Amino acid sequence: MNSLTFYLVIAAILFSFGLFGVLTRRSLIAVLISIELMLNSASLNFMAFNKFVAPDTAIGQIYTLFIMGIAAAEAAIALSIFLALFRQLRSINIERARELRG
Amino acid sequence: MSHGVLPQLGFYGLVILTFSGAMIAVFPRNILYNVLGLALALSGVAGLYVYLGSLFIGLMQLLIYVGAICIAIVFAIMLSRPPHIAKPKRKTSKLVGGIGASVLILCVNLGIIYKTAWKPAAERHLDWSVKTIGDFLLTKYVLVFEVISLVLLVAMLGAIIISRYSGRVS
Repeated sequence: MNSLTFYLVIAAILFSFGLFGVLTRRSLIAVLISIELMLNSASLNFMAFNKFVAPDTAIGQIYTLFIMGIAAAEAAIALSIFLALFRQLRSINIERARELRG
Repeated sequence: MSHGVLPQLGFYGLVILTFSGAMIAVFPRNILYNVLGLALALSGVAGLYVYLGSLFIGLMQLLIYVGAICIAIVFAIMLSRPPHIAKPKRKTSKLVGGIGASVLILCVNLGIIYKTAWKPAAERHLDWSVKTIGDFLLTKYVLVFEVISLVLLVAMLGAIIISRYSGRVS
């Protein structure tokens, strides 16, 4: 239970769930949810390395805090973009948002 | 935190909670279930942070992710398709491709994890206190700290402007 590889495996499986969601879901909100899962697996990795490997154990926690800040900013921007897109298309399905397609 | 049966059971319970939350967040087609599953998974990860020795980060995770981001996503649910309208069927090819790609990435990751010999650093400062985090945030990482606050401000303004004026610009 208390080893580095265990936490890394948990984070890798979480990342794969998030990747599957990003690749297969069509609703933009579901894609945002999957991206949050992937960000969480990255910060879980930071915390695990912080506990078992890193020379200075406060730094991983600080990076996790930064990831949380970036994720909050990203969620706010993404949700407002969804709102703007919904006004244009009356839908937030990815496959309808193809106006910029070449 | 690592000895005894009860903490160990709690740890595996948290892992199961995290994975079931992640599954609920990804697989069902109803977006409300997805958000609730995301909240479950994030709470599980917060518990794992506590097991990793940082109560502070675990509480911040609960506060920011579960308390703020999930609630913000719930607001956007009104934009999604009403549940009584028939859902188009999932394409099998896309499903197989998604599963294949994520399993491939998972295998690569697991290979890297198990092939590498992780050695702890020779000299380690095992200071986990909140005071140390605060010291670092205001001395060594003060620039990043300030830039993060600027990013949050710009994101807030940008979100307001995009959602308020998007109809008029176009």
